[in-house]
Amino acid sequence: MNFRKYLLILIPYSWLLLLFLVPFIIVVKMSLSDTEMAIPPYYPYFTLSEGWQGIVNFFSELDFENYIFLAEDNLYWKAYLSSLKIALISTFFTLLIGYPIAYGMANAQPEWRPTLMMIIILPFWTSFLIRIYSWMGILSQEGFLNQFLLWIGIIDQPLTILNTNVAVYIGIVYTYLPFMILPIYASLEKLDISLLEAAIDLGCNRSQSFWLITMPLSKAGVIAGCFLVFIPVLGEFVIPDLLGGADTLMIGTILWQEFFANRDWPVASAVAVVLLLLLMIPIILFQRSEQKQREAEQ
Amino acid sequence: MSETDKTTCFEPWNEVGKKPLIEFRGVSKKFGALTAIDNVSFSIYEREFFALLGPSGCGKTTLMRMLGGFETPSQGQIFIDGKDISTIPANQRSVNMMFQSYALFPHLTVADNIAFGLKRSDMPKSEIAGRVDEMIKLVQLGNLGGRKPHQISGGQRQRVALARSLAKAPKLLLLDEPLGALDKKLRQETQFELVDIQEKLGTTFVIVTHDQEEAMTVSSRIGIMDQGKLIQIDTPDRIYEAPTSVRVADFIGDVNLIEGNATTTANDKITIDWAEGQPALTAQTTANIKDGTKITFAIRPEKIAMSAKRPDDALNAIEGHIHDIAYLGNISIYKIRLASGHMIKAQAANTRRLSRRNYTWEDKVWLSWTETAGIVLTK
Repeated sequence: MNFRKYLLILIPYSWLLLLFLVPFIIVVKMSLSDTEMAIPPYYPYFTLSEGWQGIVNFFSELDFENYIFLAEDNLYWKAYLSSLKIALISTFFTLLIGYPIAYGMANAQPEWRPTLMMIIILPFWTSFLIRIYSWMGILSQEGFLNQFLLWIGIIDQPLTILNTNVAVYIGIVYTYLPFMILPIYASLEKLDISLLEAAIDLGCNRSQSFWLITMPLSKAGVIAGCFLVFIPVLGEFVIPDLLGGADTLMIGTILWQEFFANRDWPVASAVAVVLLLLLMIPIILFQRSEQKQREAEQ
Repeated sequence: MSETDKTTCFEPWNEVGKKPLIEFRGVSKKFGALTAIDNVSFSIYEREFFALLGPSGCGKTTLMRMLGGFETPSQGQIFIDGKDISTIPANQRSVNMMFQSYALFPHLTVADNIAFGLKRSDMPKSEIAGRVDEMIKLVQLGNLGGRKPHQISGGQRQRVALARSLAKAPKLLLLDEPLGALDKKLRQETQFELVDIQEKLGTTFVIVTHDQEEAMTVSSRIGIMDQGKLIQIDTPDRIYEAPTSVRVADFIGDVNLIEGNATTTANDKITIDWAEGQPALTAQTTANIKDGTKITFAIRPEKIAMSAKRPDDALNAIEGHIHDIAYLGNISIYKIRLASGHMIKAQAANTRRLSRRNYTWEDKVWLSWTETAGIVLTK
């Protein structure tokens, strides 16, 4: 009986070990190595053929040189900070746009809700890349947006939006909006309508009942939505690469360049490890807030 | 309530010229094609504990929600203190509601829940804490003020909901199935507490319930609702003893309904021919009934006496066999099959031990009652 139980647990654990932990250890090992013009482009290798002495030699060759380099070259710190800024600002805008949409969905007639949900999810059915390319078509100098604004006469010169940070924000907010809407919608839909009636009964007007009841009770959904947007945006590289310009600095793009343009795998690995450590802070915060929420519901 | 009030009977509905606190005038409510409330007119007086009783879907909750301001009448007017309330929004009415689900705010503590309405009122901040303490004492919540709603029991939650709805000292408190979620024993205890609190505060209470025992226990008057209509409003004893229609008689308690044709014998007496081969029944009624009118004679099981021999002096006596016995502990209900096929329920208190019971299955018994024991109903 006990044996079967352990076997059942063993399957997911070995999955995580093989496909998550082992690659991660390889990346950490790579980040402690030196660049080499070879295949693979780093040194030392880990071999068992030289016996114990070989393993000792391998470990003595590892050092923190790449991390020191990251700390000394301010490009990386700027990129981390800039990513953090972009992630924070775009999370804020996603929340600003997503909350009213989720609120509207939760207050729609019940028979409309599945349709609205479908409309939110529908863009996922087309390729992410194609959707970002379409935004290039919309935002470019001759794009639909500029043509439209020129046509209604708000502007007389086309605006430069594509290849600026504004385009990056638009792309990120557009792409990640469903991740904000869905958890907020889930928490708003659960909200007992009689709580709002009770608030009105006790003297609240509509806006008071929103800020005093609806908002605090959908806090869990807002927090979940914010983390679901913030965490992936921090490491985002496709959107800044396609929509951003020369001054768009994001750590995901740096990582990409180090790996594929510079072929400096050890530095790229060090960038990835630091990014992971940075991401762990919000992930731990997120899990703690989830935990608190579960405890409150019991 | 002062001592003098207690000794004199509390019957404001019988006082001539007394102004009602609440008045419904020809109120109807339609949801699409469905008529939830059908032309209802009645009054509720200050300090009353008024129960709206009826089966689910009869419109009693809709009627209450109109008072709270959560529904508006399709037709007719509602007055509170002589003022038409249709233009006053729910958050400005001196009416508070205790919700069926309690609707406690889960993110606020017990004390903050109770203080919620006070903070929206013009009460000075310094007085709010004192008022909250007062309410916590009133509903005997002890030192639970700092707990969250999910950390207390169902009975305690019910008290928080009551305290919260009473905190603003409303003119009128609406209670929507307030005890529905409690188990039977706790419910009975809480019913008496509710009456105590109502008498202490002198607030007018309107309670919606489908539990007739609850309505009878707590209320000064009961309004029986059926299919959107108020079919009778009366004190609990009159609802039980003197229902005006078959539907009320049948809804409240257990009753035997016998259909027959009436013949007037004296000025307040009729005889009822109800089945072939059975003696005609004699009953007293003040209603003016024409000979040959189809009537329903209603008699409660506990008003029927059972005996092995025909009682000599009984005006109404019929013979039958015991078909079934339901033993409920303190009482037993006997189902008696008559020769005509009728089934009559009679109730007897179990004053003796079960082993020494007088009657058993298939025994021949005589059922008898006086001429005033039952009621003659024409509708």
